[in-house]
Amino acid sequence: MPDTLLFAMEATLNGLTAGVMYALVALGFVLIFKASGIFNFAQGVMALFAALTLVGLQSGQIPFAHLINAIFGTRVHHFGWNMPTFLAIPATVLVMIGLAVLVERFILKHLVNQEPIILFMATIGLAYFLEGVGDIMWGAEVKALDVGLPKGMSDTVDTLTYNWFGYGFYIDRLELWAAGIAAILVASLTIFSQYTKQGRALRAVADDHQAALSVGISLRFIWVLTWSIAGIVALVAGIMWGSKSGVQFSLSLIALKALPVLILGGFTSIPGAIVGGLIIGVGEKLFDFFMSPIIGGATENWFAYMLALVFLLFRPQGLFGERIIERV
Amino acid sequence: MLDTQAASGQDGYITPDGRKIGGVAMEMRNITLRFGGVVAIKDISFDIRWGEIRAIIGPNGAGKSSMLNVISGFYHPQEGEVIYKGYRRPKMRPYQVARMGIARTFQNIALFEGMSVLDNIMTGRLHHMQANLFQQALWWGKASREEDENRAQVEKIIDFLEIQHIRKTPVARLPYGLKKRVELARALAAEPSILLLDEPMAGMNVEEKEDMCRFILDVNDEFGTTTVLIEHDMGVVMDLSDRVVVMDYGKKIGDGTPDEVRNDEEVIKAYLGVAHE
Repeated sequence: MPDTLLFAMEATLNGLTAGVMYALVALGFVLIFKASGIFNFAQGVMALFAALTLVGLQSGQIPFAHLINAIFGTRVHHFGWNMPTFLAIPATVLVMIGLAVLVERFILKHLVNQEPIILFMATIGLAYFLEGVGDIMWGAEVKALDVGLPKGMSDTVDTLTYNWFGYGFYIDRLELWAAGIAAILVASLTIFSQYTKQGRALRAVADDHQAALSVGISLRFIWVLTWSIAGIVALVAGIMWGSKSGVQFSLSLIALKALPVLILGGFTSIPGAIVGGLIIGVGEKLFDFFMSPIIGGATENWFAYMLALVFLLFRPQGLFGERIIERV
Repeated sequence: MLDTQAASGQDGYITPDGRKIGGVAMEMRNITLRFGGVVAIKDISFDIRWGEIRAIIGPNGAGKSSMLNVISGFYHPQEGEVIYKGYRRPKMRPYQVARMGIARTFQNIALFEGMSVLDNIMTGRLHHMQANLFQQALWWGKASREEDENRAQVEKIIDFLEIQHIRKTPVARLPYGLKKRVELARALAAEPSILLLDEPMAGMNVEEKEDMCRFILDVNDEFGTTTVLIEHDMGVVMDLSDRVVVMDYGKKIGDGTPDEVRNDEEVIKAYLGVAHE
């Protein structure tokens, strides 16, 4: 088998696993957009905030330590214990649910029946607020996140491909895990929204508020539920990206990478987020592989956005989005 | 003006076609509803009895829909009270009213367009499902049994309203008349104590109207559902209903059996368009 083909295959595989990571972020956007028609600009920061909280809880950091020290002249930093991962993750989930309750109480409740653009602006505000609170609460330095997920080259894939092709592929084990976890996440979300009472109520609210009220659905409860789920998805994305590249401010910028994924897959489709992520991941890697020698590299920074632009021209609703039909 | 109480007696009455109507299910006492300076409903009282088909009629802008919205908790009257099942109903949110057994349809159809007919009707049964969030999420304990039971109930209603052939169709694809029927099915799925229909026949052709009439009568017959409906078509109202409230300019100008109302002078005035002072 020619080397170029092998390298291209490796790039494709790497693209698929990277695509899953993009899809994880896009998923959070889709959930909230489907349930409430809000484009949640804060989704990326929510992932950052979740990861920060997880690290903070794991290492027994005292929240707002710097603030407390500055005001009271104390020198507290740590509780002096480390929380095991299996406790820290549920605790972070609780924090994210708490955040959902606060968002509903202080933002959504007051903006019922407002234009989508107003709600969008509110989420921009929320993003900046959350970013600041995250910094004050846990400190702004780069932190390493370790929840016990394996990292580095996967030996199995390496050996297998070496035996088949005489060339071992490099695949990051963390990204393989991310793919598995994303699959479980999507499967459970789909089952939840299609076959359960709350899932049905969630879709009902997304469709028509008035009708939802008339069959006895509490909008506020559903909103809290949606934002909680989005918070949990953000936590998963935060764990994956945080384990990969450390927990730091730039984590919130992965939200930008989710935008082209959403444009490709459609804002309202969960499978769309997955497929969109995979296309972007693979496209990015292959384009880089074939074009970089010609145009001089660094294509990964802009390829996704260019692809999104092309899609906007020819299929603005995305691959799986609802068709935009104007009835006159 | 006619006096309902005298006409109907305290403990129900027998309709001309031999159905027995029970005691008072809901009583509206001196309801006044204002939007800013506009008085939509002015000091209106009437009652709704178990098992009867009660119509609210009146010209455009008379306040009929507002009255329905008061009953279903979408509007809160500034004055007056709603007595439901013998108790004064506190100010409630619409979803709470729905959970107390009051189901409704809307004048301009409020269905979940993106969902299938079956799913739409299943939402009507949401508050009959007791399993909690975790049981639901894990599909464990009560959750799966409940889904089956509720599904059976929904299938019964689907058969009853003759919409088997569109069970899996997304609602957005249905013609207007069928959408109205699906909305009725969703309201019925809740097994409501009181069913509110806001212009169930608006915009329908003669054939669809006849179908809808038949369904409303059958529902009342089969399940004994207490029904309150708003309708413009006088012929339809007079055929369907046991008692009629007539509204005009937010005031009640008549209340009684279709025959009584038909011969009421004020009602005739309102409908023939005699000038208001």
